[in-house]
Amino acid sequence: MADLFSIFRKSEFLQEVGHIAKFAGRFFSEGFQPRYEFREFIRQCYWVGYKSLPLVGITAFIMGLVLTIQSRPTLVEFGAESMLPSMVAISLVREISPVITALICAGKIGSGMGAELGSMRVTEQIDAMEVSGTNPFKYLIVTRILATTLMLPVLSNLSNAISLYGGYLGVNIRGSVSWHLYWAQVFDALSYGDMVPSIIKTFFFGFAIGLIGCYKGYYSTKGTEGVGRSANSAVVVASLLVFIIDLIAVQITDLLNLT
Amino acid sequence: MEAKAVIEIDKLNKSFGDNHVLRDFSMKLYRGENLVVLGKSGSGKSVLIKCIIGLLYPENGTIKVLGEDIGNYDQKQLDKMRVKVGFLFQSNALYDSMTVRENLEFPLRRHWMKETQERSEVDGLVMDALTDVGLAHTVDMMPSELSGGMRKRIALARTLILKPEIILYDEPTTGLDPITGREISELILKVQEKYNASSIIISHDMNCIGITSNRVVMLIEGKCYAEGEYGELSQSEDEKVRNFFI
Repeated sequence: MADLFSIFRKSEFLQEVGHIAKFAGRFFSEGFQPRYEFREFIRQCYWVGYKSLPLVGITAFIMGLVLTIQSRPTLVEFGAESMLPSMVAISLVREISPVITALICAGKIGSGMGAELGSMRVTEQIDAMEVSGTNPFKYLIVTRILATTLMLPVLSNLSNAISLYGGYLGVNIRGSVSWHLYWAQVFDALSYGDMVPSIIKTFFFGFAIGLIGCYKGYYSTKGTEGVGRSANSAVVVASLLVFIIDLIAVQITDLLNLT
Repeated sequence: MEAKAVIEIDKLNKSFGDNHVLRDFSMKLYRGENLVVLGKSGSGKSVLIKCIIGLLYPENGTIKVLGEDIGNYDQKQLDKMRVKVGFLFQSNALYDSMTVRENLEFPLRRHWMKETQERSEVDGLVMDALTDVGLAHTVDMMPSELSGGMRKRIALARTLILKPEIILYDEPTTGLDPITGREISELILKVQEKYNASSIIISHDMNCIGITSNRVVMLIEGKCYAEGEYGELSQSEDEKVRNFFI
């Protein structure tokens, strides 16, 4: 957080925003021109998607379970216990599951990218790549940003499913709702207006996490201390961006009357 | 007849803010020679070879590599030139996430390997390069499993795999014990003989310079202050020059 405050305190904030925008522009201008680094892209998808799945899955399960248990007393008080599956489904799918998944990924993937690229920068591995005739921006950055952009919606959808399963167990700790009734209530409560905006915003979450993680790592300086700082500020800035994107997405969804 | 110059640098200037690292620096590297650039830490030796390989851009001056001015090169031409010019980094710069085999295959995949190329052919090139540096048994090891000297040799093997005409060594013996440093210096000589490579060696290790150099250029205050053979310079009456050999 100290890093973030220092950005605000000085007028460097706008400069930093400008640099990140330029970095994003470079991604769009170079990312869709050959040569395509398919092998590295697949490897990154494996690391970002498959390797994050256990953490995302466990968190989602606990999230669904806890949300259901915590919400139950209030609904019982209003005599609306039967609304529990619907309420849990809407809360999880629309908001909680995508945002928590994105925050977990900002922590795990964002810091990982910041540290990995940062250490590659300070140990001259990025220069070595350039000397080998490889465009390091394409090989390291484009593949990582694309992987996070495409894998985050997948992780978020899996998180939705697992958290709803956690919700089913939560409902049955105190009450008794059959498997079929629970899922019937869940799907009755959900509409495309809940699902589609939720999925679309996760693409932006993924892009922001990849972009910030890569940016912080790629321009890491000052040796090992700089690597630590890059990893730390990648998490802080990416998490903040997730909330800002979420806020904008909610406003747009509301304006378009999608829910 | 004078030997042909493979690198010609003329009035090169490079600064970082107010720090003028290179001031009208000029020198030539001739075919088949080992040229050592000697200077104090921070005197711009590494900056010089990074300008030659195109990792840094000079403010003005010309750099000709194999007769062509690289100042006007686009990225494609620069990549083509880099096949002919190998670079050994001070920190070795081995890719941590790849095995020794993958590290050596990386530049091959970029420049030579086609999808249809026989696996055995690629393996042969990798093993040849590793055998040259005496580390064929490390082919499936990770860089983290190797000692400092072994990493340096693997980095050299990666540089040699494209059979470059020119090799730029950035402090090849820094951080190594004297015995390993001597082994690396002898390896540089062996490479010069086997590949007929021309080399620029950045160093302030006097043992390494004594073993490897055909000629020494002294970089002081951003300029080529003195040049000559090792024995010649070590006997110089100029105090600035002599200080390096004490």
